[in-house]
Amino acid sequence: MSGTSLVTARERALAVLGGEPDDATLRRYLHGIAGVDAVGLEQRAAALGTRSIKTTSKKWALDRIISLVDLTTLEGADTPGKVRSLVAKAMVPDPADATTPRVAAVCVYGDMVPYAVDALGALHGDPDDGRIAVAAVATAFPSGRSSLEIKLADTAEAVANGADEIDMVIDRGAFLAGRYGLVFDQIAAVKEACRRPDGTSASLKVILETGELVTYDNVRRASWLSILAGGDFIKTSTGKVQPAATLPVTLLMLEVVRDWHLMTGQRIGVKPAGGIRASKDAIKYLVTVAETVGEEWLQPHLFRFGASSLLNDVLLQRQKMTTGHYSGPDYVTID
Amino acid sequence: MSRLAVPKTYKLFIGGAFPRSESGRTYEVVKADGGFLANAAKASRKDARDAIVAARGAVGGWAGATAYNRGQVLYRIAELLEGRRAQFIAEIEDAEGATRAQAAAQVDEAIDRWVWYAGWADKFAQVAGNANPVAGPYFNISVPEPTGVVAIIAPQDSSLVGLVSAVAPALVAGNAVVVVASERFPLSAISLAEVLATSDVPKGVVNVLTGSPAEIAPWLASHADVNAIDLVGAGDLDWIDLEIAAADTLKRVLRPEQGPDAAAPTLDRIAAFTETKTVWHTKSLR
Repeated sequence: MSGTSLVTARERALAVLGGEPDDATLRRYLHGIAGVDAVGLEQRAAALGTRSIKTTSKKWALDRIISLVDLTTLEGADTPGKVRSLVAKAMVPDPADATTPRVAAVCVYGDMVPYAVDALGALHGDPDDGRIAVAAVATAFPSGRSSLEIKLADTAEAVANGADEIDMVIDRGAFLAGRYGLVFDQIAAVKEACRRPDGTSASLKVILETGELVTYDNVRRASWLSILAGGDFIKTSTGKVQPAATLPVTLLMLEVVRDWHLMTGQRIGVKPAGGIRASKDAIKYLVTVAETVGEEWLQPHLFRFGASSLLNDVLLQRQKMTTGHYSGPDYVTID
Repeated sequence: MSRLAVPKTYKLFIGGAFPRSESGRTYEVVKADGGFLANAAKASRKDARDAIVAARGAVGGWAGATAYNRGQVLYRIAELLEGRRAQFIAEIEDAEGATRAQAAAQVDEAIDRWVWYAGWADKFAQVAGNANPVAGPYFNISVPEPTGVVAIIAPQDSSLVGLVSAVAPALVAGNAVVVVASERFPLSAISLAEVLATSDVPKGVVNVLTGSPAEIAPWLASHADVNAIDLVGAGDLDWIDLEIAAADTLKRVLRPEQGPDAAAPTLDRIAAFTETKTVWHTKSLR
């Protein structure tokens, strides 16, 4: 689960860019990427959303969705108790059905990491081994409006508290102002702050906040920029801005990940977050991933759903498939 | 000059909108003499599920409205029904092969029943509730509370009056309703839905499904998020199986009724979809 080392990331970026990652070089590179065919993209996403997934495939998909969920609580009103109940749900999503898989991770604010780690106990670990990771949002989430020092301290504290994954936000203001070098340096610096004393490193998810980037072209550029700067994951949104994750935007980011993999052989993860509430929608994302980058990506270190209410809907669908009749919100937790 | 007929396609009423069936299916509604009357949507189990989700979302607001307000809203529906009297009469004439006078009598009866139930909205609690005498310095008060989401299989041999007689009492107490209309006479149900859509009833409080009750009823009866099921029009179905399915999730069940007096207006029909809540309160704080 340790992310790529910073040195190789930088070397790779230099090789791809053909120069120092400053504003001018990055601008030349990012603006040289072909523009997005918006109509084609939306049409492709809509077509992928029409697949009919039934019976055994649906059962597989529902279980896979659960094992890819970053169960999230990011409220000003979060309490240690709420984080503990979130962790309890992450460990045993459906107490009535022991075959229900665990979620991939819990995602909380940095100061809540110790409570999450404590509550997870022995189950804290790598989701690829069936354990549950702790992800923390950092870098002045959700706005990203603070100095680099504060962002780095925020990150380092979360990592020191035991976070396995850091969800950072990019400085959208700097990005929109064309200061790509600044955004690059900040991601690279946060990546450095993810390093632990033993040399391993927390995995870095870079939140683009696509709802604030406005255009598909910007989303594509920001995706490239984040990957070049060393992000292990690119994530659509904070969940605090509308629109959050949409299928076309996720498809676009997956295409960047696919192109990067073809170019360098490195696998980058994608995390749509915010606004995915129904199993039906989540299944569309699974289809999109499988058709764009391949089924290989449908595992916790390469694809995640950032979600809170999605899990309940998946559990209701699961109960429907097990019992043969429709279930209701009285049969899952209120959270 | 002759004019091309513009037949109306009757759709479902779910969450305040008029969607086609998710399944895309329709069925032909025929006149009493067998001639084509209209196409109606044939709801599937997923439409039933969607309707229940819509109803569940609407329960809080409707149950939380004051009884006085609910009465006003229900009375307003009667006003709108009166305004569309001619349309309902024509529909019933066509569908049931009734005479104009019979159709008019049915519409009048439906409106009168609606007004009767609307009047009970802010009076029912006084009759069904009670101040219980207890051996201590406490108020002990029992009040009827709405059950929640009520599924109804409407009487199958009547266009409008059966439907109104089944839906209105459930609404009075503050329940949200998913009703499966008469399979043979679904048009008045959808026209009533059009009335509801343009009245003050919050969306999702009433949801109307057309199609085969035999197909939809088992899904409603077994659905874990339905609190009560009124089988008044399910006499020709395997209603004992429905009752058994409903028992799995402890639903209230009203059994089928047959004949012209089916679902006659009574306070019992209102009470059937309420739960009694009893609260204690100290008489004084000294």
